[in-house]
Amino acid sequence: MKQTVFEIVSNRPLTESVYEMTLSGDTSAITRPGQFVELSLEGYFLRRPISVCNYDEGTLTLIYKVVGKGTAQMATLAAGTKIDTLTGLGNGFDTSVEHNHALLVGGGVGVPPLYRLARNLVAEGKQVTVVLGFNTAAEIFYREQFEALGVNVVVATADGSVGVKGFVTDAIKQQVTGADYFFSCGPLPMLRALTQSLDIAGQISLEERMGCGFGICMGCSIQTVSGAKRVCKEGPVFRKEEILW
Amino acid sequence: MVRDLSTTLCGVELDNPIIPASGTFGFGAEMSEVYDLDILGSISFKGTTLEPRFGNPTPRIAECRSGMINSVGLQNPGIDAVIAHELPELRKRFHKPIIANISGFSIDEYTECCRRIDSEEQVEIIEVNVSCPNVHNGGMAFGTSPESAAAVTAAVKAVTTKPVFIKLSPNVTDIVAIARACEDAGADGLTLINTMLGMRIDIARRRPVIANKMGGFSGQAIFPVAVRMVYQVANACKIPVIGCGGVATADDVIEMMMAGASAVQVGAENLRNPFVCKQIIEQLPEVMERLGIERLRDIIGVVK
Repeated sequence: MKQTVFEIVSNRPLTESVYEMTLSGDTSAITRPGQFVELSLEGYFLRRPISVCNYDEGTLTLIYKVVGKGTAQMATLAAGTKIDTLTGLGNGFDTSVEHNHALLVGGGVGVPPLYRLARNLVAEGKQVTVVLGFNTAAEIFYREQFEALGVNVVVATADGSVGVKGFVTDAIKQQVTGADYFFSCGPLPMLRALTQSLDIAGQISLEERMGCGFGICMGCSIQTVSGAKRVCKEGPVFRKEEILW
Repeated sequence: MVRDLSTTLCGVELDNPIIPASGTFGFGAEMSEVYDLDILGSISFKGTTLEPRFGNPTPRIAECRSGMINSVGLQNPGIDAVIAHELPELRKRFHKPIIANISGFSIDEYTECCRRIDSEEQVEIIEVNVSCPNVHNGGMAFGTSPESAAAVTAAVKAVTTKPVFIKLSPNVTDIVAIARACEDAGADGLTLINTMLGMRIDIARRRPVIANKMGGFSGQAIFPVAVRMVYQVANACKIPVIGCGGVATADDVIEMMMAGASAVQVGAENLRNPFVCKQIIEQLPEVMERLGIERLRDIIGVVK
């Protein structure tokens, strides 16, 4: 964990409620895709945990959905705004596991951390298939960015307006073969359905309301097969067999 | 001029009055990666019960104006694991007096926990959280009546040799009556205040924000309540008081001590600013200079 000040470079809507914020600052504490940062926002007591979409030396990209007052305030912040940030939080995805063809499955605002993960896996020479699930065409974001990485991208929409009609699990059944490991982030019902329908090993990133974000308050604890774990510290990424559904 | 930040709690010398409050610092392992723990006056470790506890369902946390609500529910590995693992680990990272925070749901649980922790050399002070519900009395918190608070105090004092501080709940009609009852029952000191019972509602979903509906409200918003209660109790009791509740700055520490606190705990602020205790300790000499204070202990209870 590192405390640092980031400066907003750009903050733009990708859809009606999902925004992409690019910041400049010290990203050295971020070591893996799937980690998160915590932003201190004016007028709010607790920091806002946001998953890291992408990072390079000096540049950080966050994608967030406006779901409450805190994120609504984030959407109003202009370029040049400085934000007190804790970075390098959580464990992130472990790509060192033995596999050849990675299946990345993102649902809605769970999509962002998979972007940097896909980039890393491509760099590591893995075959990568990305399945993105959204409710409807208007909610789709980052499809082109994933495609630009040269990975196979499959989109599912619940209303069938784009791609496969149905859930990510339907899209996988219809269009994905040969994957031998999966990584996923998205709403809990999606993660549960995915974990139950896939017979390959994998890692999932969980979300929980947090107090501190760095392991001291026990606000975000979950029960796992190996006892209580903190989503912010031992997680947010867990191996699928660790989760007690 | 060198400013003297030291203070004393029942004969236990602290280099400075700053103590992370129980539940906002774990057992120190995570925070030892943030700064050198030995700069602290003391540490009150995570509230410990006889048996391991997972705590309450999530969500356990709610944002509030200038504060937060938590309903963690005393998640901890249990007294035996704390003694076997957490305490030795903390001792590797922290070489100053340790405060053991003990919770219970029956008088027997308090006494058994305190008896076991009392034999641990690393622990200098036992802090007893009486804000827990009494399972033998319809779930009413021990700390909400003078009689039950005194009963816990007397029972714990009977099995311990170390100074016992009773951590008082602010969710009471007359904090002074409860403080006096604890003092009369043999308490060596008092810590106040614990969190205030609060609640938030998600108006879009029409349901409580936290799973347990209600929880403990803490953070800067409760500071004036804490100062008032510390002032009332310090003026009514002879035993030392540790002030706690909404402390976020060196000025707050001075204010709490002027109200009557011999030492000061910093709680919820650690969760939003992990460096707050370090910053306060670094700022205290400057603030003392501005206010013409040579020795911090000289201002304890100066406001009458």
